[in-house]
Amino acid sequence: MTSFNRRDFIATVGSLAAIAPLGALAQKPTGQPIRVGGSLALTGGLASLGLIHKLVGEMYVEQLNQRGGLLGRPVEWVLKDDQSRIDLTRTLYEQLVNSDKVDLLIGPFGTGAILSAMGVAQRYNKAIVHHTFGIPELAKYDQQFASWALGASPEVTMPKNVLDALGSVGKTPKTIAVVTSKFPSVQFIAIGARKEAEKRGIKEVLYLEWEFGNREFGSIAGRIKAADPDLIWVGGNALDGNQLLDALKKIDYQPRNHFHQYPSPGPLAAAPEGNNALTVTIFENHSPFTDTPAAAAFAKGFKERAKAANLPYTEPETQAAASYAAWQLIEAAVTATKSIDDKTLSTWLRANTVETVAGKLRFNGPNNTGDDLNRIKQVQGGAWKTVWPAAYATSGTRLIAN
Amino acid sequence: MDFPPIALLGQAVVNGIFAGAVYALLGLGLSLSWGLLRQINLSVFAIALSSGYLTYEMSSRGFDILLALLILPPLFFGLGVALQWGLERFKVASFNSLLITFGLTIIVEAVLQLIWTADVRRVESHYSDIKLRFADLFFPAPELIALALAVAVSLALWQVSRRTDIGKAMRAAAEDPAMAAAFGIDQNGLALILGGVDAAVAALGGIGIALVYTLAPSQIYGWLGVVFACVMLGGLARPLGPLIAGCAIGIVEALTMTVASPSWAPLVSFSLLLVVLLARPGRA
Repeated sequence: MTSFNRRDFIATVGSLAAIAPLGALAQKPTGQPIRVGGSLALTGGLASLGLIHKLVGEMYVEQLNQRGGLLGRPVEWVLKDDQSRIDLTRTLYEQLVNSDKVDLLIGPFGTGAILSAMGVAQRYNKAIVHHTFGIPELAKYDQQFASWALGASPEVTMPKNVLDALGSVGKTPKTIAVVTSKFPSVQFIAIGARKEAEKRGIKEVLYLEWEFGNREFGSIAGRIKAADPDLIWVGGNALDGNQLLDALKKIDYQPRNHFHQYPSPGPLAAAPEGNNALTVTIFENHSPFTDTPAAAAFAKGFKERAKAANLPYTEPETQAAASYAAWQLIEAAVTATKSIDDKTLSTWLRANTVETVAGKLRFNGPNNTGDDLNRIKQVQGGAWKTVWPAAYATSGTRLIAN
Repeated sequence: MDFPPIALLGQAVVNGIFAGAVYALLGLGLSLSWGLLRQINLSVFAIALSSGYLTYEMSSRGFDILLALLILPPLFFGLGVALQWGLERFKVASFNSLLITFGLTIIVEAVLQLIWTADVRRVESHYSDIKLRFADLFFPAPELIALALAVAVSLALWQVSRRTDIGKAMRAAAEDPAMAAAFGIDQNGLALILGGVDAAVAALGGIGIALVYTLAPSQIYGWLGVVFACVMLGGLARPLGPLIAGCAIGIVEALTMTVASPSWAPLVSFSLLLVVLLARPGRA
């Protein structure tokens, strides 16, 4: 069977699972469960994101067992709470390998936690699939696989994509202000934005850094207003962007164009001053992202569970899609190789492309990276709309730039 | 490096004063309980965040955010009295009060997370759209409200401590408990009142946080360092101390952000604390 045929097979399995109640079609899994172990930040500072990953994991394992599990065996998810602590993550993965004796590892999310888990996986030669790792060049272990397709050099590709997107509507900025948190996975991309801007002859009128967790954005806003750039590149996490825009509003300044690296999508879309904000995404709840039955079912299933769990933002996007794709990678590799041997799975993943809800993932680049599959989306009328590239744009939507 | 325009520096000073107002509301309760009761009451941070979340809840249910000013301080006054009663009942020593109230804070953080999740929340109110402008300086309404609260409460407590019998009795009890008792001062009763006042002021601080900043359960600890710095700089049991020190720290932070880099702000403010403590070791 060629790798193409294997992919076809996997896609078919996923699609069937999505569109049919497969309880009747699939054999009920029997025997010893295949145990997949991992941790998530279920409490602590990152718990809001952890809940998204938990909902997705529960949904996936439930669906997987309904359609026959893996290799005819049920799948059990051994989930531990890393409390958003990197030090604890390491201990928990040691436990998962040595004490719980799980068959397979799935990562936590977030760069720091993943690095911790990766170190343990490497020590025991275990394969590890993980969700949202932000600094690909740090992932040196050859049996690690990231489901968030950032590419090998997001510090190059992300700024390039953003500036190309603005250029596509004839609004390449002449001046840029790069303001960024010192959070590691954010800052290096912001620095990449400076380099890309310089390469394109865009004048940098301001560069500022703040400590992660900064509350006071008034002075930063004042300096942005004084610099008055065509584009503000906000290297921020979560509500940094909201707070900055709020501070700008308080001094009567409306940015012409503003890009936010990793914002909390709900609050930024809901804030009036968030209008026209740009960011990146690997999945949105519309065509062509949802064109496969598996992706459509994922979007529908996540939305339902997110509503039931009372999440403030119920649309599936990057975090949820990366999480779902991680499980898809495990299922694809195990199904194709009919094995749960770590080396076998790793060899297969490095040699094949896997169709996931987050796009076609491959791992044959440096540090097992593939393509940067991020698209650009924008807040328009209080909702996120994909605006670039045109093939992925929300129907009837065009990037708005000033 | 170009020197920033005067308007930008002026706005930085204004922003610093606004930040200092919130520091003051959070630090006042800590300063009074530490100075007058010899209890390092970290639960003021838990009370403040709880009050912030209740303000958020009221706002998201359509109530005017200022209604919280009428409801939450009395509510937390009662809780503060109960907490103080517990500390007295078990004769908790100074250092142990730090451990116990820190433990309580952790519990409160978990409860806040259980109810409102760990998501960052933000109060959306019509006050956010109101601001005053003088020349090139902007004075947003939420920050003005927080500043007015901080100034009013600090001045009121300062006057109470200087001019009323109850204030004098509290200072006397802190100075020499045995002598105060000999004069018939009911120290336990005064401690209960002070515990309640500390909690009510912390609740006002929580409203200030909700008005001006974002809310997340883990932020409880984000305020600790800078508020401790305000308390130490301002001096224990001095009602105006946290306000003056808070504004000084806020202004230094804001000017650092404006003239140099935002990432230097914490470094400069804590350096200021070190310098003051080294220069005046008996300050606290």
